[in-house]
Amino acid sequence: MENTNEMQLIFDSRSSNESFARVTVAAFMTALNPTVEEVSDVKTAVSEAVTNAIIHGYESEVHNIYIRCRTEERTLYVEVEDKGRGIEDVEAAMEPLFTTKPELDRSGMGFSFMEAFMDGLSVVSEPGKGTTVKMKKIVGKGRKLWTAQPL
Amino acid sequence: MKYQVQENCLTIFLPHELDHHNAEEIRKESDHLIERNHIRYIIFDFEQTAFCDSSGIGVIMGRYKRIYMLGGEVCAVHTNERMKKMLTMSGVTKIMHIYEEDE
Repeated sequence: MENTNEMQLIFDSRSSNESFARVTVAAFMTALNPTVEEVSDVKTAVSEAVTNAIIHGYESEVHNIYIRCRTEERTLYVEVEDKGRGIEDVEAAMEPLFTTKPELDRSGMGFSFMEAFMDGLSVVSEPGKGTTVKMKKIVGKGRKLWTAQPL
Repeated sequence: MKYQVQENCLTIFLPHELDHHNAEEIRKESDHLIERNHIRYIIFDFEQTAFCDSSGIGVIMGRYKRIYMLGGEVCAVHTNERMKKMLTMSGVTKIMHIYEEDE
C-alpha cells in the first residue's frame, strides 16, 4: 500500500532508554508533518508506556522492550510491548490514580495521559506473559491538507 | 538539576526533560535536602522544562505529601500551557498553587 511506513525498535528496559524511545518515535512521525503539540502528545504517551514496561512489566530487571510503529496516510500507530509480568486487571490499572507502586512516587496517571493525548488506546495483557499497549494518533486533525512541492 | 535553599524554602530547577529516569534523582536529592535543611516550602521551577510525563507528576505529589506532613506548602512557577494542562488533569493544582509570571 502507498503512503505507509514502518519501523521496529528493540531496546533494553533501562530508564536511560526512555528518552531514546520517545525521541525515536517522534523522529519517525515527522514524515506526517505534525505540529509541535502533536509531537509532544506522542512523546508523552510513548514515555508512559515505556516507563510502565520498565517499572511494572519487568520490575526493574533488564529485558527487551519492543516498539512497533506504522504510519498509514495521516495516522500513526504505535505498539509498545514487554514480555514481563502482565496485568491482572487491565480495567482497574487504567483508572486514573490507580497504582501498585505508590512507594515509588508513581502518580497513577500513566494510562490517563496516554488516553488523553492519543486518539486511540487499547491494552492487551496476560499475567506472566506480558503486556502490549496499542495506540493511535491522527496527525493534522482539523487542519487543511496541503502538499508542498519537493525541492 | 539545580537546587537553591533559602532559609526553609527549597527551589528545584527542574530539568529539560522530566521523566522517570531523572525523577528518581530529583526524589533522592530533594528528600536529602528537605531533611538536612528543615525545609517547609518547595518551589518547582519549570522554566527549563520542555517535556514532562506522569513520573514528574509523581515527584511533585510525593514531595507534597512529605512537606504537608511537616506543615509546609509546595508551589510551581514558570509553567507553560502544556505543563498546566497536565497538572490540572492529574489534580495536582488542587494541592499546589501555580504562580503566573507577574504575581
